[in-house]
Amino acid sequence: MTETLLKTPLHALHVELGGKLVPFAGYDMPVQYPLGIMGEHKHTRTKAGLFDVSHMGQARYRGEEAALEALITADLGLLGAGEQKYTLLLNERAGIRDDLMISRPFEDASTLFLVVNAATKADDFAHIAANTAGRGTLEIIADRALLALQGPAAKDVMARLCAPACELVFMQCGRFEIGETEVWISRSGYTGEDGFEISIPEAEAERIARLILADDAVEPIGLGARDSLRLEAGLCLYGHDMDENRTPVEASLIWAVAKTRRERGDFPGAEVVASQLAEKSCQKRIGLRLDGAPAREGAEIADKDGNVIGLVTSGGFGPTIDGPVAMGYVDRAFFAEGTELDILVRGRARPAVVTKLPFVPNNFYRG
Amino acid sequence: MTTRFTEDHEWITVDGDIATVGITAYAAEQLGDVVFVELPDVGKQVKKGDEFAVVESVKAASEVYAPVDGEIVEINDGLDGEPAKVNEAPLGDGWFVKFKLADASQLEGLMDEAAYNAHIA
Repeated sequence: MTETLLKTPLHALHVELGGKLVPFAGYDMPVQYPLGIMGEHKHTRTKAGLFDVSHMGQARYRGEEAALEALITADLGLLGAGEQKYTLLLNERAGIRDDLMISRPFEDASTLFLVVNAATKADDFAHIAANTAGRGTLEIIADRALLALQGPAAKDVMARLCAPACELVFMQCGRFEIGETEVWISRSGYTGEDGFEISIPEAEAERIARLILADDAVEPIGLGARDSLRLEAGLCLYGHDMDENRTPVEASLIWAVAKTRRERGDFPGAEVVASQLAEKSCQKRIGLRLDGAPAREGAEIADKDGNVIGLVTSGGFGPTIDGPVAMGYVDRAFFAEGTELDILVRGRARPAVVTKLPFVPNNFYRG
Repeated sequence: MTTRFTEDHEWITVDGDIATVGITAYAAEQLGDVVFVELPDVGKQVKKGDEFAVVESVKAASEVYAPVDGEIVEINDGLDGEPAKVNEAPLGDGWFVKFKLADASQLEGLMDEAAYNAHIA
């Protein structure tokens, strides 16, 4: 039986560009183009890559911000016009329901713009709508595509298409025009590189994607390289590196819980987070480098005496690192950088070293 | 020496009772950039259809199955550190292992080049 896959507004373009399409979160998405994952990854790190991320969920929220804030970890009172924050949607045990971007358009400061993960968008939107009912309105935006332009040359490409957007610094956003179409741009991404995410009316998405791809610096990039780029950047993949059974403390994402919210203790599961921070006994997400065989999700992490002390949650080959990299959860005694461990790959112990994240330095534009 | 092919995209070239085995250019292209090859230990006895090696690309690990019964008598140490040879020369420097054949008659069931080309067409 063939599952009916959804298509993004760029589907025909992916086919035309020779994309190898695979099912992902219910969508028929390009995992790679003829350049290949390794080439696409390196191109993004050295020049610029264009990613179709239209499968992700976009929505706008209007109304009492306190109702939305009660579900997440950001302090919306501190989110200024034209600013964006990475935040977490938590359950009552502080388990991570999703990670998301929330922004306040400069041009319409009474609206909040949300971008959530594809696989979780239906649940997220139902959860937010149910828990803000009567106090705010969540409007799902299903008629806009989302593109990401990432890499050190992204700013040069953007300068040719929409120079004003280059005034944005990391985690700022605004409304601009590309090719006479209004687009919503934020300076952010999922690769560790400088770059932009661009929300475009679906009818104009292919035309604007072609404008961007017409630049010699830009190659189309598939989900394969998106995954290796984010892994090297130490960024979590929802459903793998964190889920409903992991808290922000465990996921090493406590920085995404606003200090003011921690002080007020008014986010879901705040008492769980407070006790984990006080007890300092829970497992935590760390980075690992190893030699030889890549360690994949699910591989066991052992101490040098052979005791299993954790599990790999994402792993693969890092083309920029030129070696295998992994993230996983380990017990407290093994957090320190430089700790020597083993990862069991097909039953064979492969030496691994706890390594500071990100594996590849961030290259954000902070002005 | 003739080269024969399996439906699982391995090639096997026989010289006397020693068979050299690797993966085909088609398989290498489908896998994409090979970043690691896990090979068996010399001396290992394998049966036709056993998983005897693993090829790792950036994205995923893929098993390689023994085309015939035999004993591993040599492995390609050159792939350690230079796994890209599998992409560059899959039928040459990118070979995986040498087998001592246990039963040469098993070769008869394998495809010749024309049949393999039709198989992947």
